[in-house]
Amino acid sequence: MAIITYAQALNQALREELRTDPRVFLMGEDIGLHGGIFRVTADLFAEFGAERIRDTPISESGFIGLGIGAAIAGMRPVVELLFMDFALVAADQIVNQAAKLRYMAGGTLSVPIVIRAQQGGGRGNGAQHSQSFESWMAQIPGLIVIAPSTPADAKGLLKAAIRAGNPVVFIEHKLLYNTKGEVPDGEHVLPIGRADIKRSGRDVTIVAYSRMLLLAMEAAMQLADKGIEAEVIDLRTIEPLDMDTVIASVKGTGRLLVVHEAHSNCGVGAEIIARMYEQAPDALVVPARRLGAKHVPIPVAEVLENFVLPQVDDIVNTVASMF
Amino acid sequence: MAITIERLPDAYRQMQVIRKFEEAIRSLFQQGRIRGSFHPCVGQEATAVGACWPLRKDDYLTCTYRGHGHALAKGLSVRAAMAEMLGKATGCSKGKGGSMHFTDPTVGLLGANAIVGAGLPHAAGAALASQMQKTDRVALTVFGEGAVNQGVFHETLNLAATWKLPVIFVCENNLFSEMTPSHETTSEVETYRRASSYKMPASRVDGNDLEIMYSAVETAVLRARTGAGPTYIEAMTYRLWGHMMGDPEVYRTKEDVSRAREVEPLVRLGKRLREIGRSDADINMLEAEAEAIIADAIEFAEASPIPDAAEALTEVFS
Repeated sequence: MAIITYAQALNQALREELRTDPRVFLMGEDIGLHGGIFRVTADLFAEFGAERIRDTPISESGFIGLGIGAAIAGMRPVVELLFMDFALVAADQIVNQAAKLRYMAGGTLSVPIVIRAQQGGGRGNGAQHSQSFESWMAQIPGLIVIAPSTPADAKGLLKAAIRAGNPVVFIEHKLLYNTKGEVPDGEHVLPIGRADIKRSGRDVTIVAYSRMLLLAMEAAMQLADKGIEAEVIDLRTIEPLDMDTVIASVKGTGRLLVVHEAHSNCGVGAEIIARMYEQAPDALVVPARRLGAKHVPIPVAEVLENFVLPQVDDIVNTVASMF
Repeated sequence: MAITIERLPDAYRQMQVIRKFEEAIRSLFQQGRIRGSFHPCVGQEATAVGACWPLRKDDYLTCTYRGHGHALAKGLSVRAAMAEMLGKATGCSKGKGGSMHFTDPTVGLLGANAIVGAGLPHAAGAALASQMQKTDRVALTVFGEGAVNQGVFHETLNLAATWKLPVIFVCENNLFSEMTPSHETTSEVETYRRASSYKMPASRVDGNDLEIMYSAVETAVLRARTGAGPTYIEAMTYRLWGHMMGDPEVYRTKEDVSRAREVEPLVRLGKRLREIGRSDADINMLEAEAEAIIADAIEFAEASPIPDAAEALTEVFS
């Protein structure tokens, strides 16, 4: 086990897959000599060169579209969106193309492309650089959506995404890149579509992912001081959704709170709670709850942004209100 | 370079297959036996054959929703195409794609596309794969002049030229963007001038002359195959039928269409065949052969089973 950052873990995953699979190549803005603004692709250019670590123009539709074509023709492109917000200028290529080409072709081709993007707020980047789009992406049949919270999960799931043979939207978080954690030495690949219980507890189930997982863990510690033992589930994959793990936990705790940074409206929390009521309504002893961003664009000033995005106190208070 | 005279009768038969395929679809559509959209390519058969015949079977092609001609010219089975139109399990996409999404990777057809301009980067991406895999496969993409105002058109041309990709851009300029004359909505109607600004060879040719079209594409294919990069060909043609079934065609007169029919590609290639000594009987024979191919495809499609409903849930992921 080595303790490394989330960004370093992603870098390791890319490096290892580039070394072992000649079909893998990277495209994105400033990923080459520069190494990326969050250093995820640092030093890869020196080892693999300009052909496999491709700096692109600011042209998201173009290079994601090229990635799709290259994927169909036998390559394994990993394309990077500098900010998830920019997915919208490439929305046709992601939603109408990558997600659907295999199906429309009657399964005669496949599109093994990974689209990496960092998203989320907390840094004052404003309304066009702070959004969270996982529920949009998860609503499109044909896309796998992954959002890891720890360095170990980031590495294991990025390697799995590159090998998945299907379009994957791999969601990172700008405030996670410098967080540290233990990452297993050697080959480390995790299964897609499996949630992970990051903390065991008997009183309430908190489901979270990406950066909100860290806040949920902090909230769980504070709740323990109040005598409430929270079980914290890290979804890790948004689509396909691991409801089995969620339901099994809620059967033990009787209480469910879903926390995410994306807007609550029509979000992953709504989906999980709907499925909970469809699949195991008797498990809940009190109504399930969700926490997400308030329904406004993400503002810049710290006091405003903090008010809009879920905070540790919000999680603690919401859980406390369920008892 | 040119198509050999010996192949002209085959090209004529292929163009007749495309024409008769569209005529059969119109008839089936009018009988209510085809669901969804149908965007006929009648009048654009020479651009289809001229664009696809200089390609090898393993070269890549992406095309548009007005793409039946390209797909058939690239080698898509007429039976599989007809079965797809009728929503049968034996269709090229087993009933999941339909008229606008003909696909068959075994003949290099990576897909027709229902979003204007969206197929361009896929061809360029396949070309990038060829370049990285160090094969000499090239990619060709066909799109209408209506696509040149889409952002992804410009993004793709820039990337293809910057990376010297082995891709050929074929713009079928049929003068109408859906149901609006393109000159009313486009500042530069000579679309090859836009391509020139991306620093690739770009020219305008008579796309309704099969031999001219073939030569232009063959030159571009050779250029791509030898690593010299992309080429843009603007092929002037004319859509003899409307944008789709039910188009009232308010944007042109009957006289416009009548004049166009006098110089349409099948008429011209028919004349050319007579010039090189083919008899009327020879030409009638080619048409009869095309007719038989279409009749066989309809028979096959009609006899084919419909898909199981549960198949709708398969083939989302590999």
